[in-house]
Amino acid sequence: MAEKKGWKDLMRGADLPPATSLENKTGSWRTLRPKYDPSNCTHCMICVSYCPDMAIPTTVTEEGVVGKDGRIYKGRVRLETNFDYCKGCGICANECPAKCIAMAREEEVVESSPK
Amino acid sequence: MFKLKAFSGAQATAEAMRQINPDVVVAYPITPQTPVVEYFAQYVADGIVDTETIPVESEHSALSAAVGAAAAGARAMCATSSQGLALMWEIVAATPGLRLPIVMPVVNRALSAPINIHCDHSDSMGAATVGWIQIYNESPQEAYESMLLAVKLAEHPDVLLPVMVMQDGFITSHGVENVKILDDETVRAFVGVRKPDRYLLDVHHPYTIGPLALTDYYFEIKMQQEEAMIKAKAVYLEVGEELSNITGNKYPYFEEYRTEDAQAVVVLMNSSAGTAKDAVDELRNEGKKVGLIKPKLFRPFPYKEMRDTLVRFPVVGVLDRSLAFGAYSPLYSEIRNSLFEAEKKPKIQNYVYGLGGRDLFKAEVKKTFEELLSQNVDSENHRYIGLRG
Repeated sequence: MAEKKGWKDLMRGADLPPATSLENKTGSWRTLRPKYDPSNCTHCMICVSYCPDMAIPTTVTEEGVVGKDGRIYKGRVRLETNFDYCKGCGICANECPAKCIAMAREEEVVESSPK
Repeated sequence: MFKLKAFSGAQATAEAMRQINPDVVVAYPITPQTPVVEYFAQYVADGIVDTETIPVESEHSALSAAVGAAAAGARAMCATSSQGLALMWEIVAATPGLRLPIVMPVVNRALSAPINIHCDHSDSMGAATVGWIQIYNESPQEAYESMLLAVKLAEHPDVLLPVMVMQDGFITSHGVENVKILDDETVRAFVGVRKPDRYLLDVHHPYTIGPLALTDYYFEIKMQQEEAMIKAKAVYLEVGEELSNITGNKYPYFEEYRTEDAQAVVVLMNSSAGTAKDAVDELRNEGKKVGLIKPKLFRPFPYKEMRDTLVRFPVVGVLDRSLAFGAYSPLYSEIRNSLFEAEKKPKIQNYVYGLGGRDLFKAEVKKTFEELLSQNVDSENHRYIGLRG
């Protein structure tokens, strides 16, 4: 955030402008990282609706994406987790009926990834 | 302009609430506060107020619900006593931090243990440091009028702090007296409608309330709260002046009773002031120059005004209805503090009386005055009235 304000310039009390959680990137709290395997995903949206941080973005696609059993899934599909906000709680992996999300220790994933 | 009605303190408070017609009243019973929300619930059941009542499962929930309603933009109230105030403690501290103008009648009752349902001031005195404005009241009449004052004081844009309106458990809350009740229109014109500058149900102007503030901002937010409390002192008099125009009564920081040329005064709060005034009258009839000071606004405390008044007297006795275990008693502490800057200090003595509802008798007050007049005082040690040795 920008330079800290003095007490005379702050909003009254502990009130803040809305949507400040966007500025607070909670991804740094993560110790476990969800590894998402799109080739096993049915795009059922269960992980999306269970994610407490709304950290699984979705899109609508006409041409579709390849998912479980090589099928083409059209319409609303999930994308890779947004690691700016994902805290690694593992709820998505626990809830996924297709078992296409696995939790791995953050340092192992980061070390083995090309970036 | 007003009607005389035979009301207990609790009923007078509920009557004030009926006239104020708050948006939300949260109800949870606790002796001796129970009749406040009980009478009010009857008004709701009878359809004579528009208030939404929320019955809850504990005092912690009671104040939490009032906080939620006030944050949403409502004029919200709840009422409590003793253990109830203790149970809601976490939210008691959060309410002024969130700057929500909740008005809460507190019917003073001794804190457990041992369990006791009668009056002393250990409940509200324990809550004196967390940021609520505190107004103490001698009678049902004062409790009624302070409710009206409290609403305007709490919601004043320079203040926006919660207010506790005290009265003594049973003695005031259940004792019936003649109370001058203003007509509804006058009260409604006086208290008006709450106009919050921002509130959560204003969905077109969203904002965040109650976020985390650590080493970076907590200190600044608390300073804002302190500034509001400092301003509340002047606003109390302003709003009191407005109310005075309607009721003809005065709303000073503290009441002075027969203090002119007094050689000794006692300082004490709430219902015992009534007993002590009788003692003052009798001693005055005997030619003894004694008087009484009854603080009404305890938070913020009017140190300077109290000092300027107390230096007029040679000796001052301070009667506390609670202990502060290991420290000077709450009222006595403030009186001692207020005298620090005085060049010529009166002699002072603390007396602790009436814990757990033990009566304070006129004869005891008269004996206290005799002791004060003899100037046999010890400012460093408590004395006790009505305690078996």
